Amino acid sequence: MPSRFLGVGALLALLTLPLSAQENPVAFTGAQIIPIAGTPLDNGILLVQHGRIIAVGDAATVRLAADVQVVDVSGKVIMPGLIDSHSHIGGGSGGDGSGPIQPDTRVLDSFDVRDTRLQKARAGGITTVNVMPGSGHLISGQTLYLKLRSARIIDDLLIPLADGSPAGGLKMANGTNSIRETGPFPGTRGKSAALVREQYIKAQEYLAKIGRAQGDPEKMPARDLSLEMLGQVLQGKRIAQHHTHRHDDILTVLRLAREFGYKIALHHVSDGWKIAPEIAAAGVPCSIIVLDSPGGKLEARDVDFRTGAHLEKAGVTVGFHTDDGVTDSRLFLRSAALAVRGGMTRDGALRGVTLANAKILGLEDRTGTLEPGKDADFIILSGDPLSVYTQVEQTWVEGQKVFDFSDPQDRLYALGGVGAGDPRRAQLCCYGNAWDLIIAANQGGSQ
Amino acid sequence: MPVAIHGETIHTMAGAPIKDGLILVRDGRITFVGPAAGMAYTADHRVVRARVVTPGLIDARATVGLTGILNQTQDQDMLEKSAPVQPELRAIDAYNPRDPLVAYVRSFGITTVNTGHAPGTLVSGQTMIVKTMGRTADEDVVNPAAMTAVSLGSAGTTDQAGKSPGTRSKAVALLRAELIKAQEYAVKLTAKDETKRPGRDLKLEALGRALDGSQPLLITAHRQQDIMSALRLAKEFNLKIILDGCADAQLVLAEMKASGFPVVLHPTMLRTFGDMENLSMTTAARLHEAGILFALQSGYESYVPKTRVVLFEAALAAGKGLPFDAALASITIDAARLLGLADRVGSLAPGKDADLAFYDGNPFEYTTHCTGVLINGREFPGENYGSSNSEF
Repeated sequence: MPSRFLGVGALLALLTLPLSAQENPVAFTGAQIIPIAGTPLDNGILLVQHGRIIAVGDAATVRLAADVQVVDVSGKVIMPGLIDSHSHIGGGSGGDGSGPIQPDTRVLDSFDVRDTRLQKARAGGITTVNVMPGSGHLISGQTLYLKLRSARIIDDLLIPLADGSPAGGLKMANGTNSIRETGPFPGTRGKSAALVREQYIKAQEYLAKIGRAQGDPEKMPARDLSLEMLGQVLQGKRIAQHHTHRHDDILTVLRLAREFGYKIALHHVSDGWKIAPEIAAAGVPCSIIVLDSPGGKLEARDVDFRTGAHLEKAGVTVGFHTDDGVTDSRLFLRSAALAVRGGMTRDGALRGVTLANAKILGLEDRTGTLEPGKDADFIILSGDPLSVYTQVEQTWVEGQKVFDFSDPQDRLYALGGVGAGDPRRAQLCCYGNAWDLIIAANQGGSQ
Repeated sequence: MPVAIHGETIHTMAGAPIKDGLILVRDGRITFVGPAAGMAYTADHRVVRARVVTPGLIDARATVGLTGILNQTQDQDMLEKSAPVQPELRAIDAYNPRDPLVAYVRSFGITTVNTGHAPGTLVSGQTMIVKTMGRTADEDVVNPAAMTAVSLGSAGTTDQAGKSPGTRSKAVALLRAELIKAQEYAVKLTAKDETKRPGRDLKLEALGRALDGSQPLLITAHRQQDIMSALRLAKEFNLKIILDGCADAQLVLAEMKASGFPVVLHPTMLRTFGDMENLSMTTAARLHEAGILFALQSGYESYVPKTRVVLFEAALAAGKGLPFDAALASITIDAARLLGLADRVGSLAPGKDADLAFYDGNPFEYTTHCTGVLINGREFPGENYGSSNSEF
């Protein structure tokens, strides 16, 4: 009875019609709303339509038209969807062992949409994520900024720019991770900086040649995927997302960025508290990692819960990241909370998982706050975002619910259990599997 | 110096919490715990005030002191890879009480740790129970030979070509063979004719202590088949064991309960890969509901963070459904029971060691601080005391 099946199919399609496709606006009422832009509303209304935020306001002032669908979320807390400015979910890779500078490689070409960690990130309230290649190269490849929409293939997650290309940054690193004992990798910090400078000078010349050609194909240089990418960084079209830990390495990053005039965001920034004024003076934002203890590698010896507080006090834009699998995407809010434990303001810490990270990725025009016109990326929490007892109950991306704690399968991803994990060995962001790390640690690896 | 601690809330773990309570400490021991009202003490007491007081926290399975902060060759002593079975390796011969991570975990209220050799070889060595005062191992040690660490599953096998054990079956076969040798050794030691007794064998001596129960095996097993293998071994050799890790606990909860063995559950925030892929943040709550004695642990970390903080692991278990009292018990009195130290640590009562932790709020909340620590009556600073407080 094919027709009957069709009928059921059509009915299901209606039932599961995404809110974004509906004509009628939807209002979430009764919750405390933390819009990040502006003061929290104790009894707020969030109005969304067509995947965008239409209005945010106090229940007493927002008038709802008759056609509005009302969702009562009394007693809950609503805040913008979280933005993770540095993650390795999806297992995307970049450069290989052939050399230290590989800006031609793209996470785009290696991302596993079916990695369970995507749904775990949604369970943690993450709606936007910067997926980075590892830090074992000076320049390890192109990162991807993703919206964690429901997805079958990588294209479903991309954020297209005006020219149609997917939004992303360029991963750079300095310090010990990109130093190796054998060439062509650098063996010292001095060599690391020299190699990077050399490449950016080449990219400058490449851009100059293109400029001189004035569109004449005869005079154009041969396409070079790596120089093309570095050119985008030099032109400010792409932000260098820069892994760096030690205080002197951080200053080297600032020095090179100043020399070539490219835009950067500092990542990890373990020693950032030692040179907060210099970072502030450079006007460079920081995406910091919050770890349960210092150490594990020499450069992380002085990791401290107070880094966020010191940087905030100096006037630096401070975001947080999971570095998933170094920390778990489901516990992203915990990083903000531990920074508050270390003296950061609540407002600053909540900005650090939302607006500050939007700025770090250059996406602040579309996400990171609850404001009219922005994407309807938001989360519904059971309580205070900074409490251990709080659960992310729902995650919405562009007006569509992508995680619901009341759904058994989503609950499994949120809490763990059979089917929620990854049978492969642990990937700790930079060097392959954890077992190798254990072996390396035993053999005196200095990673 | 005697100390008087006024706590707005005192979680004694030996009865209901006391509001506006007082604890008196003299010569390293607790002499009084009760309501402050009407209780006088002499002027020579140093007075400490805290919002919340708990017993000093206990980490039931750690590697701190053997896995140094730097993660360099010279400060990593948790795994000796030259042979798969080395129960003779003692933790006390490696423990570095001055490693900064010892002071680090102490600053969050951890006063006692069962630390030593890590999972990673079939029998990696022994653990010791030590206070976190941090001067010398000999001064701080509570039990120098607490347990012997065994790893089943991936952590107990090697992928080096031509080396054993390369499979789960081979690992168990090797372990059984060693335990049989230890049994025979123990029998020979009782020979009436002294000349017929065997020479001392450190390895078999150590396994002998596992057989007689004086130094039980701490068996790390995450997959359900590895947990069952541990229980099978215990039955065959009539061992008293402690189960460690147990990511798959919810799949074999009935068998674990029936065994009567206590569990040192994996850190709540352990990474969900490989053998640990099935772990759940709710397993602590399920163990509690099943009535299984368990403690939480910081475990072993090979990279960053170099150590976990067991307080945080208990906090998340509480956040995911483990009742407050059970969560606190898993890092105090239940851990003490599991380690055989309930007469000394883990709860607050007269006669017990003066190990206390002070907090400015619910100890499990992310934004609470540990404001001070007492070990054997000696004061140590709470968290956030380190270098980043200085001005640069």
